[in-house]
Amino acid sequence: MPFDIYLNVAVGGILTGLVYGLMALGLSVIFGVVRVVNFAHGEMMTVAMYIAVTLFSAFHLDPLIMLVPIAATLGAFGYALQAGVINPFITRPEHSQFLLLVAVAIILVNILLIAFGPDAKTVQVSYAYDSYQLGPLIVDATKAYAALAALVVAAALFCFFQYTTLGTAIRACADNYTGALVVGLDVKHLYALTFALGSACVGAAGVMLALIVDVTPSIGPAYTLLAFIIVITGGLGSMPGALIGGVMIGLTEALAGLLFTPSAKSMFSFAILVLVLLFRPQGILGKKVA
Amino acid sequence: MTNKTPRNTAGVSRRTVTAGLGALGLTAGLAPFNIARAAGPLKVGVLLPRSGYQAGIGQDCQRGVDIAAGILKDLGYPELEIVNADTETNVDVARSRAEKLIGEGAQLLMGAFDSGQSSAIAQVAEQKGIPFVINIAAAPPITEQGYKFVFRNFPTAGMILRDAFVDQKEIFELTGASPKTAVFMHVNDTFGTAMAGGIGAVMPKFNMPYKILETIPYDPAARDLSVELAKAKATGAEILLMVSRLNDAILLTREMVKQRWSPTSIMSMGPGWYEDQYLKTLGKLSDGPLSFAPWYDPNKKLSKALEAALAKSSPGVNLNTNHVYTFEALLVAADAYKRAGSTDPKALADAIRKTDIKDNSSIGPGISFDAKGQNDKIIGGGIQNRGGKLVTVAPKEAANAKPDWPLKPYNQRS
Repeated sequence: MPFDIYLNVAVGGILTGLVYGLMALGLSVIFGVVRVVNFAHGEMMTVAMYIAVTLFSAFHLDPLIMLVPIAATLGAFGYALQAGVINPFITRPEHSQFLLLVAVAIILVNILLIAFGPDAKTVQVSYAYDSYQLGPLIVDATKAYAALAALVVAAALFCFFQYTTLGTAIRACADNYTGALVVGLDVKHLYALTFALGSACVGAAGVMLALIVDVTPSIGPAYTLLAFIIVITGGLGSMPGALIGGVMIGLTEALAGLLFTPSAKSMFSFAILVLVLLFRPQGILGKKVA
Repeated sequence: MTNKTPRNTAGVSRRTVTAGLGALGLTAGLAPFNIARAAGPLKVGVLLPRSGYQAGIGQDCQRGVDIAAGILKDLGYPELEIVNADTETNVDVARSRAEKLIGEGAQLLMGAFDSGQSSAIAQVAEQKGIPFVINIAAAPPITEQGYKFVFRNFPTAGMILRDAFVDQKEIFELTGASPKTAVFMHVNDTFGTAMAGGIGAVMPKFNMPYKILETIPYDPAARDLSVELAKAKATGAEILLMVSRLNDAILLTREMVKQRWSPTSIMSMGPGWYEDQYLKTLGKLSDGPLSFAPWYDPNKKLSKALEAALAKSSPGVNLNTNHVYTFEALLVAADAYKRAGSTDPKALADAIRKTDIKDNSSIGPGISFDAKGQNDKIIGGGIQNRGGKLVTVAPKEAANAKPDWPLKPYNQRS
């Protein structure tokens, strides 16, 4: 097989992996601070995809232009969800949280099914079929834009947590819950804000993914599972870990599909997950819990 | 008065005796029909993948159900009571929904588009002794199990392939084309795997001009097929042979445009490429692919009635395999009910076994079943997407257009 095929496939895998990484970043942020595993993650992303598709079909608004408003909408939804529904479950057993968020996921899927029907919807932007040729390399334009946007959003989130007072306060809640309460931080609000940030991340990822794949109400659970694989591989709670995990999974699936059989590419993602759980249970960039 | 009273009371005259005997004779002659009417409409459980990744096709099949009532009534068949169920594109759900429908009183089952789901339903139907008429499912083993209550008015994978190769050769003759190489991509579900196995067994018998350079299976629920297509492109094959579903057909077409690859022809031996959603989603990019599939004869009277009914119920939707074979499955049910005159499952199954419908819609001499419950007389058709419409290009006796060859390159479509 010619070398350029490997090159093209690898680049495509990395670009897709970056978007996956952003999606998983939301999950990682929420778990890292609130310690709640969002089992409705993929479904929330599907909601963002449908918003992007609807805005495009109704008003021809380019999803990349609508990225910030849609992410903000998902953020508001995440805030309300955390403050109104999830917060009472924070101190309850994990299986109660699990059931709650699975219920939210099922409700979202069915609302989407009622609202949009089961047919696949797509965003037909003017550059939907564009590709750039750089020598032997053909780069899918939509994947390139989506990956670039994923990097920008991830960098913005990183800067927020590192360099803003609010970000520092949220990190304080994650590091020491009791200490945060003692110093007078409004932990409930900060938890809801964190959930909002994670939801905004997944919203942004959904908008970008709408450029790459068709959306149906039923695609959510597959992305929830994918997000879990990525964050566990990268390290649950680690922001750079989520991005690295995403790229790793994207690249592995792409190359495995090319070198072995495409229908078995998901098997390689799970193989990586098993290896990580065996030899580095905290994930590639995760911190070891004492 | 004495004479008058009895005549008036009894109301008997030569005329009334004759009329009475006539009525008795008529009643006797229509006895089975009367029993059917007394039993009410036949309760048919319709199992389709209405959600999950096959939801688009499941909903398309439903259009065939939606137009059935009016046409069956016009044809003089008894009424069917349709009870809908969603298999969720899941074999286990299909099985449990079939059990639930039977528990709720369904007297006949119909469905389920997919071979895996249909196999599961067939097991339940056989176990419970309820007739199951398959609308669409091609995996051969379904009718090789010795089932007594399972009937399929749809070709097996082997039959589809046989007709596909015959139709391809007819198209090669008509166009003077002689492709030498092909790459074969297929979904790795029950249907796709059965078709892939069938190609290996059937193709050598047809002495096709091309050889398959590589076979690429892929996940039917795949969200991204860029790697699969890159692999196909790398073979340098002239034509792309496909066994796919709907979403993957759309994904692959997009990838062909993005990766700048236009094969000489795309020849599909399954659903996906002729679906209405494929045509609408891709617009001009949908033109050109040839599909070799169980199809309808556009020249048959019932096909025209189906086209008219569909145009009324779903404006802008082209009649296709999903509608036709779903309708025909209900036609089989209504026809059997009419002849059996009973909702008794065994009587219905016996009546289905003796089905002999000549005025059907699909290509071929009509609907009848062999000892295994398979309609082995169905003939596949070759169709081509053209300007958002579908034309039949093979076999000659059912064709309404000549094939376009080669595929217009994607980068030359404005």
